[in-house]
Amino acid sequence: MSNATAKSLQESLKLKLDYDQLTNCMRCGFCLPACPTFKETGVEAESPRGRISLMKAAVDGIMEPNVRFEEQMGHCLGCRACEPACPADVKYGQLIEQARDAIEDHTTQHRTWVKGVRKIVFGQLFPHQNRMKLLGKGLRFYQKSGAQTLARKTGVVGLFSKQMSAMERILPEAAGKGVVDQLGTRVPAIGEKVGTVGMFRGCLMDVLFTETNRKTVQLLAKAGFDVVIPEAQNCCGALHAHSGEMDQAKQLARHNIRAFQEAGVDYIVSNAGGCGAILVEYDHLLHDDAQWQEQAKWFASRVKDISTILLEKGRPLPFTEGPGVRITYQDSCHLRNVMKAGESPRKLLKQMPGATFVEMKDAGSCCGSAGIYNLTQPDMANTILDHKMDHAKATEAHYIVTSNPGCLLQMKLGIDKHAPGSPMQAVHIVDFLYERV
Amino acid sequence: MLENQVKAKLRGIVGDAYFKDDIETLVTHSYDGTPMLQQLPEGVIYPQNTAQVSAIMKVMSEHQIPLISRGSGTNLCGGTVPVQGGIVMVMHRMNAILEVDMQNLTATVQPGIITKTFIEHIEGLGLFYPPDPSSMAISTIGGNIAECSGGLRGLKYGTTKDYVIGLECVLASGEIMRTGGKLMKDVAGYDLTKLLIGSEGTLAVITEATLKLIPPPKHKKTMLAMFKDMYGAARTVSAIIENRIIPATLEFMDNPTIRVVNDFAKLGLPLDMEAILLIEQDGEFETVERDIARISEICQEEHADQISIASNQEEALKLLTARRSAFTALARLRPTTILEDATVPRSKIAEMVQQINRIAKKYDVQICTFGHAGDGNLHPTATTDARNHDEIERVEAAFEEIFEEAIRLGGTITGEHGVGLVKAPFLEWKVGSAGIAIMKNIKQGFDPLNILNPGKMFAKESRRRVVIDHV
Repeated sequence: MSNATAKSLQESLKLKLDYDQLTNCMRCGFCLPACPTFKETGVEAESPRGRISLMKAAVDGIMEPNVRFEEQMGHCLGCRACEPACPADVKYGQLIEQARDAIEDHTTQHRTWVKGVRKIVFGQLFPHQNRMKLLGKGLRFYQKSGAQTLARKTGVVGLFSKQMSAMERILPEAAGKGVVDQLGTRVPAIGEKVGTVGMFRGCLMDVLFTETNRKTVQLLAKAGFDVVIPEAQNCCGALHAHSGEMDQAKQLARHNIRAFQEAGVDYIVSNAGGCGAILVEYDHLLHDDAQWQEQAKWFASRVKDISTILLEKGRPLPFTEGPGVRITYQDSCHLRNVMKAGESPRKLLKQMPGATFVEMKDAGSCCGSAGIYNLTQPDMANTILDHKMDHAKATEAHYIVTSNPGCLLQMKLGIDKHAPGSPMQAVHIVDFLYERV
Repeated sequence: MLENQVKAKLRGIVGDAYFKDDIETLVTHSYDGTPMLQQLPEGVIYPQNTAQVSAIMKVMSEHQIPLISRGSGTNLCGGTVPVQGGIVMVMHRMNAILEVDMQNLTATVQPGIITKTFIEHIEGLGLFYPPDPSSMAISTIGGNIAECSGGLRGLKYGTTKDYVIGLECVLASGEIMRTGGKLMKDVAGYDLTKLLIGSEGTLAVITEATLKLIPPPKHKKTMLAMFKDMYGAARTVSAIIENRIIPATLEFMDNPTIRVVNDFAKLGLPLDMEAILLIEQDGEFETVERDIARISEICQEEHADQISIASNQEEALKLLTARRSAFTALARLRPTTILEDATVPRSKIAEMVQQINRIAKKYDVQICTFGHAGDGNLHPTATTDARNHDEIERVEAAFEEIFEEAIRLGGTITGEHGVGLVKAPFLEWKVGSAGIAIMKNIKQGFDPLNILNPGKMFAKESRRRVVIDHV
């Protein structure tokens, strides 16, 4: 990195990092055991305390932010397990996003393909639901037309990076038709109405897991909610924010707020922990936008995860006695650490007649998926997944239940890699519940 | 700066991957858990075994380079800040449980093992290692030994020093020394094991420890007693002990702490109480029931306003949470939290708390007090902001006076956190000039070149807390 780049990055970090939060870190180390990358490496710099000290040293001028600095900020999974562990309530998630935002403005380090992929995915794909749909259709075509079989047989798939080709194997069948195409924008409550909810359909969820989206709506209707799916909604902006594309994340947030305000809903329901976590923090995301503050608060205070709303606000679902199975639950980091809703899915699963819930060791620690982390940092992601699968296998569960598409895919990848041929399946909680209503 | 020749030697010992001197590594080893202290080392080394530690010490001796050994860096006395530069030696890779001897009820471990990991392993075998520092999920056994850590069970079970019966260490010269062993009785010569415990890395680098284990208690009961009168709470502490009852835990929170904890954890604690005692007894079923009943009577005799006894484990946990969230809650009040460690004879608890409140008022600073009343170990905790220099000076003056009071009452400047850098100016108040002289001679005997954690324990002259800005 040239000196000029380091200097300009330093200036940008000074502007963007919240110095109060940097000061609030008292370096007690309570975050160390919570941090997956510290757990794997035992290296102080790979911990929240270490990363904050690096940010502060860069701002204070003790060090120039160099390539290693950038890499270290990239190494963080963003799982935010450190936040509940922090006595001083340091907003680590905000700090790492601010650091990445500054890096994004100045870096010369990204490998070309990462840069290219980001530009296309973040700028041109995720914000446009119609393009996402097109992607889904393309994927469906690839899977259905025989191209997939051909690609696998000829070894073309292997030309992708190892990680990409592993992911290709476990991608679910794309629907090609989103939830609105299937159900329309309004689905009335079944039986007496208890409220109106807006469904946040997500972009990946709606392309790769349309069935889960459809079942989410139907579970909500069964629990007594009128469900509105505003068509104007778009990507939540989580991946943008986590990677430092702040302006784009804010733009997406404003758009979503408007869409749901116009829909006039009591709650906004998310079925993806990663999306839910940024939705619930739209007020933080837009905190310096005077014009949008009120609306952002309105929005953030209404966001609920599907498990929480079913458990706390809806009519109890009439679960039927299913086959006697063992189930375990892999937390979505953002659902647990940011939405603070790790208990709701467990409570629901424990209500399931016939099923035995087995808690997995370290269920609350990140599975390594972390947005696009498993593509950008495959080595660390794989090490984390290896350990996760050891714990998963030890439960001897038939189902690993998850609450987020990234985690779900990662668990599928884990089973494919570590427990091929075993009766173990990864499943989204909505799909699991739906089968038993 | 380190000479290339030295770096090459160190890399030769541990391999390229385990000696680092890039700026990222230096920055992340320039601090510990103590607020406001930071100094960059010149290199960081991660040894894998005793032989490597020995070889490293030989290089350090030859070139007269300071060496600071550390575990997770959670200490609160500046003990592992490399104030005079040199090499920081991180013991994390030496983290094995070498042996659990079920015949002798001992465990032999390497220093880098996380305390909680060790405790869980031991409990899995149906045994008990009582020292339970609040940092145990993060701190290492080696660090606990270096600082002689305590915890909530110190009253009945003692602290780290009561469980370490043998050590292997590497001296400044690189020689390897063994002290004690698996034996329960050993009076051959000076007790070097005890001398090394709490020596804060200034005498030797601990590379192995043999720990005493005991059978776990069969039954446990937890209660809270709340007092509108501070003296009532303090008399209760004394009366429990006078009645020949030694609870496993006897913890104290003052009114400002109660308010903060309640506000944070929404526990519904009464805010008009001057003090709350958290009491736990363990042991045989009948003994525990009898002790808790008698303790309740004593609390009533001393006019406790409310007493609640946990009827099950869940309730007990809620009560313990109240005490355990004290640090967390206080840390959220202001950016800088300075947790201190004044200790007095347990009959002087009330007087000490009152003195602390008087001093806080005098210097116009916020100090909340909680701690281990049963063993007289209080943690007056200042909530402040490092950027407010005027306030920090008042906080430091207040703590100086608090330590003075503690010593006047027959107490000491630290019960479980160590002297390190921040309390070095006060050590002489406690041990006297003859004490300091003999300690310095011991240091000289172990470490003639003064390369092991230099600048700690013994202050040059200043009585003031030393605040070091960035390099």
